[in-house]
Amino acid sequence: MRYLPLTDTDRQAMLAKIGASTIDDLFVDVPEVARLDGPIHGLPMHASEMAVERHMKKLAAKNLVAGEVPFFLGAGAYRHHVPASVDTIIQRGEFLTAYTPYQPEIAQGTLQMLFEFQTQVARLYGCAVANASLYDGSTACWEAVAMATRVTKRKRAVLSGALHPHYAEVVKTMAHYTGDEIADALPSITPDPELTGLIARIDEETACVVVQYPDILGRIADLTPVAEAAHAKGALLVVVNTEPVALGAIKSPGEMGADIVVGEGQSLGVGLQFGGPYLGLFAVRDPKHVRQMPGRLCGETTDAEGKRGFVLTLSTREQHIRREKATSNICTNSGLCALAFTVHMTLLGEKGLRELAAENHRLACLAADRLAKVPGVEVLNNGFFNEFTLMLGGRPARAIIRDLADRGVLGGVSLGRLYPGVAALEHALLVAVTETTTEEDIERLAEELEASIKETV
Amino acid sequence: MNAPNKSGWKPEMQVAESGFLGGPVTTTGNRGLMLEEPLLFEIGRADVTGVDLPEIDPSAPNRLGGLARSEAIGLVGLTEPETVRHYTRLSRQNYGIDLGFFPLGSCTMKHNPRLNEKMARLPGFADIHPLQPVGTVQGALEVMNELAHWLITLTGMHGVAMSPKAGAHGELCGMLCIRAALEARGDARDVVLVPESAHGTNPATAAFAGFRVEDIPATPEGRVDVAALKARLGPDVAAVMITNPNTCGLFEKDFREMADAVHAAGGFVYCDGANFNAIVGKVRPGDLGVDAMHINLHKTFSTPHGGGGPGSGPVVLSEALAPFGPMPFTARDGDGVVHLVEEESAAEFGHTQAFGRMTAFHGQMGMFTRALTYILSHGADGLKQVAEDAVLNANYILRSMEDILHAPFAASGPCMHEALFGDKDFTNGLSTLDVAKGLIDEGYHPMTVYFPLVVHGAMLVEPTETESKAAIDQFIAAFRGVVERALEGDEALKQAPYYSPRRRLDETGAARKPKLAYES
Ligand SMILES: Cc1ncc(COP(=O)(O)O)c(C=O)c1O
Repeated sequence: MRYLPLTDTDRQAMLAKIGASTIDDLFVDVPEVARLDGPIHGLPMHASEMAVERHMKKLAAKNLVAGEVPFFLGAGAYRHHVPASVDTIIQRGEFLTAYTPYQPEIAQGTLQMLFEFQTQVARLYGCAVANASLYDGSTACWEAVAMATRVTKRKRAVLSGALHPHYAEVVKTMAHYTGDEIADALPSITPDPELTGLIARIDEETACVVVQYPDILGRIADLTPVAEAAHAKGALLVVVNTEPVALGAIKSPGEMGADIVVGEGQSLGVGLQFGGPYLGLFAVRDPKHVRQMPGRLCGETTDAEGKRGFVLTLSTREQHIRREKATSNICTNSGLCALAFTVHMTLLGEKGLRELAAENHRLACLAADRLAKVPGVEVLNNGFFNEFTLMLGGRPARAIIRDLADRGVLGGVSLGRLYPGVAALEHALLVAVTETTTEEDIERLAEELEASIKETV
Repeated sequence: MNAPNKSGWKPEMQVAESGFLGGPVTTTGNRGLMLEEPLLFEIGRADVTGVDLPEIDPSAPNRLGGLARSEAIGLVGLTEPETVRHYTRLSRQNYGIDLGFFPLGSCTMKHNPRLNEKMARLPGFADIHPLQPVGTVQGALEVMNELAHWLITLTGMHGVAMSPKAGAHGELCGMLCIRAALEARGDARDVVLVPESAHGTNPATAAFAGFRVEDIPATPEGRVDVAALKARLGPDVAAVMITNPNTCGLFEKDFREMADAVHAAGGFVYCDGANFNAIVGKVRPGDLGVDAMHINLHKTFSTPHGGGGPGSGPVVLSEALAPFGPMPFTARDGDGVVHLVEEESAAEFGHTQAFGRMTAFHGQMGMFTRALTYILSHGADGLKQVAEDAVLNANYILRSMEDILHAPFAASGPCMHEALFGDKDFTNGLSTLDVAKGLIDEGYHPMTVYFPLVVHGAMLVEPTETESKAAIDQFIAAFRGVVERALEGDEALKQAPYYSPRRRLDETGAARKPKLAYES
């Protein structure tokens, strides 16, 4: 077997050294009832690299590749161009095959990269400190709620109706078991985010209010009034961002007074990958909250010769020291995705990220204008970055989306998929546009959408 | 394999005499191939980019709702050649499995096959969106389903929740299944028993899931104290969380007996499956009475650790817990078509008691493709050999060290896939930390240190099955050399490592005045 270096001669020599006669002597502690006498039945035996490759390629071929068709899906996962050098770097064995940097003397590569990552994320979010990553945006969202309950010693979180429904679901799932109380809502189908109602829901018991920016319908609003209202009641503002590229064009959450900013980093460097692995981003505006943060933190220090170096720090917050009193149970995070994000961000820089954001927005505006001309279609949003909501005039978006797929166009995400059973949202379609979208793609979507609408009664 | 040390360095030599460090000071601070690298923020520039994009047209209309950014973000960029060089130079300050033996106990640092990487990058897997119409991603769902089938069969369990993102997330998933099952029968038990030797994520998870955590002691031979466990069982005990093979590297002989007792008392059995590599293909946890167990695909099934993640932690579930598994699930219908069971299709597939959702989307697809590639490569026969070789290598190290290094459970019988040692015989104030740092100078990544907590100065050595006998023999020689210095009280060891990109780092200082982002 190509991954197993021991030969039978080696095995015999080693057993002799151990003083065992057969390998099964080493498994004597396994009770009789649980011992298997041969390979488990009903499973295939080992296979060559070529055979495995053939099998996997067959499975891959059954999927419709996003890059091969006009593609408009978003809703928390965006298709951006990832420069070739990103993948080259993350495949270097020194990064790929390292563990969490527990021995900093021989992990400065990972540690310095994490320090750069934390700095990039903090600046992008308008915050003071970011951690070294969490699993993804949705779990980061729950961690933010959990942290807000620790900081405020209150148990109630108010979720904006326009928070990604999967994120809301993760928060509600966890809160059900921690005994926290979650006030959620459905998104209102309005051209601008509905903030007055949200503000009215904040009270003296509220630990935090959670708002997505841009929101699930692609809308954007100044969240300063929400921050002020939350702070007036002693609550924290948690802002969730699922499209980091947007922050190259619009104000940062920190600038608007967010206390905790979390999000999905997948857009930069990571790719679609059918939903994972992704990259949870987590930052706080005020450094005084650092000791309540979840996850790993990389900090600067010096070595015995006085040289600058980096270590994992403030680990008394973490499970391996604090056990049941830890701020989170997270251990393995998304290190390699953080590296991909950082390399992509380094390639972009300030100039590139702003240009990338501008290009996304330019194409999204083109698409919104073109699609608004399709009979029976209206653009809901006043403001948006690279994603907006189409109202299909009473036609079910799911059926249209499936029909579009049959016509070779991946046309967006139907709100019916995200909010099953909610009749009011069935006729809305989310369309995302990035720098990878061409003007021909937009034209093709407009034409096929028009045809599809005509044929869907 | 590390080359034999022919540098002429001897333990008793003073640093300055070794020639290497005593050589001339360089202008750059570099030492040949050991290169110093500044921070990105010291070399990057705000007006430089490594990506060609259209210039911004300041007169273009926007629909940003008056929120257009006016402040600079504060980022800096590098061109492509500079970026590649910066991160390549940083990579050289890292130790990885590709470079050498990495016996980090409990972490299963086995070789990461490159076929896995190649398959995960097929556009049919890498470039598909999680919310594409299900009809356009049948191959991806088949990967999930095929992997699910392997995991269920290898563990002898009833179902599997695929979405958890790492081991600790899998623990949480399993413990929430238990909460949901208790809730469904109106049972208010809320105590979870966790052995002292457990990984920190176990108690942290139980607490995060809303349980109260109580310790259970270990016996002198390194296993759970069955009598103490049984004595504590009662109507308030919701579950036990037991690691098997345990973190002392031993198989919990009496697991079945404990599981039966827990079940008889109305509780559930969570098994931490981080150490599944020792028994994959040899023992099915389902035969031992397990109700839920996470599997770290980034350990047993060879997906890379990537310097801290991503991982993947599917949880296999017993018949009693499977109905509560979270969304999304995969299921195959009578015609062989694979369906993604989400909130909306749950009723159709009879999965109506799901406790909720652990994450947006469907879990770590990129890890599923890698793990399935690995599993198919090994097959049922190869996986069994994996466990056998991993256990053989660990016992070989145990028996090659026990004459000079305190091995607290060596008399308990064979170990499983890892060998545990302690520092009780070191002299002159030397400790486990010094041995770890001494191994760095020998060209090794150290073993796991100070875990589990039940052994003083624990050193947990996990060789895995992907090492040759020659590599292991050389490690043993190096390990013995460093241990001998610790037994003799070699003062020089307190300053190790000497030859790494950095010497010992001031961790206390880092925590006292945290500097967590670059400030210009
Ligand atoms: C015994 C044990 N349990 C649980 C975990 C947690 O797994 P993960 O890091 O994937 O969250 C680990 C990983 O280090 C472990 O060694």
